[in-house]
Amino acid sequence: MNFDFTTLAFLAFAATAAVAALATITSRNPVHAALWLVLTFFSVACTWIVGGAEFLGIALVLVYVGAVMVLFLFVVMMLDIDLAPLREGYVKYLPVGLVVAVLMLVQMLSLIGVRAASAMPLADNAATGADVPNTTWLARALFTDFMLPFEVAAVILTVAVVAAVMLTLRRRGGTKHQDPSAQSRVKASDRVRMVKMKAETPAPPAAAEGEGTP
Amino acid sequence: MSNVFSALTLGHFLTLGAVLFCISVAGIFLNRKNVIMLLMSLELLLLSVNINFVGFSRSLGDPAGQVFVFFILTVAAAEAAIGLAILVTLFRNRRTIDVADIDSLKG
Repeated sequence: MNFDFTTLAFLAFAATAAVAALATITSRNPVHAALWLVLTFFSVACTWIVGGAEFLGIALVLVYVGAVMVLFLFVVMMLDIDLAPLREGYVKYLPVGLVVAVLMLVQMLSLIGVRAASAMPLADNAATGADVPNTTWLARALFTDFMLPFEVAAVILTVAVVAAVMLTLRRRGGTKHQDPSAQSRVKASDRVRMVKMKAETPAPPAAAEGEGTP
Repeated sequence: MSNVFSALTLGHFLTLGAVLFCISVAGIFLNRKNVIMLLMSLELLLLSVNINFVGFSRSLGDPAGQVFVFFILTVAAAEAAIGLAILVTLFRNRRTIDVADIDSLKG
């Protein structure tokens, strides 16, 4: 038995990821599930870094743990969800879920031919072989061969932002809003109106005496 | 003597991807009433696919695999943002996120 430290680290991270994924789908509280999912993503990012995809590992931590999962936690905590009815049928679907998952796992593993694939160790990291960092190696492909898909991805993200804002934006009645364009468009003539009128003059004293107020 | 511990192989990546994929499919079965848990299982599903891409990219020495992981991450982030926005709107209008209660289109 010879041990390779890299492989041991990979297996440890992979085991953590699997356990955390199991905890994600079985935990009662969606907040706990989201936090377990964070651990899953982090462990998988570690396996990627061990496996030589450093840039993607860091990107996974930044994008998923930093943004997407925080969004999930935000939504889960903002919604006041009654959890009891959502858990109904959990036990009922447990056997069929387990059977499907285990059968699928067995089929996949036999299809992969784990033994055959495990027989040959991975070749040296191609990026290390070319003596460039993983990020450079990735960027050379991304900004030459995949330039158009890269820009399409940017458009997709923009569309997603616009769609998310449009879906959730609403005007409530009874609240006061500022309208910046109306504010900057306003002129002095809209605020102050100059009125032409005669100057007030005191009434003649004779008329006042003749009337005779009590 | 070659064993599981002796060297990192493509099989390690594929096995991890298969395990996570099956766990997330089981999660979709078990939590089929809670939309938030369904979305989380979906994220896990996409992640397990990405593991395969990274493994093959490393095995074949081809950057295309890692570039595709990049694109899948982009699409998954967009999907999460829009999915959660729909979820918030849904909860605002129906006061529930139970999939069984969302049946207005049944007529």
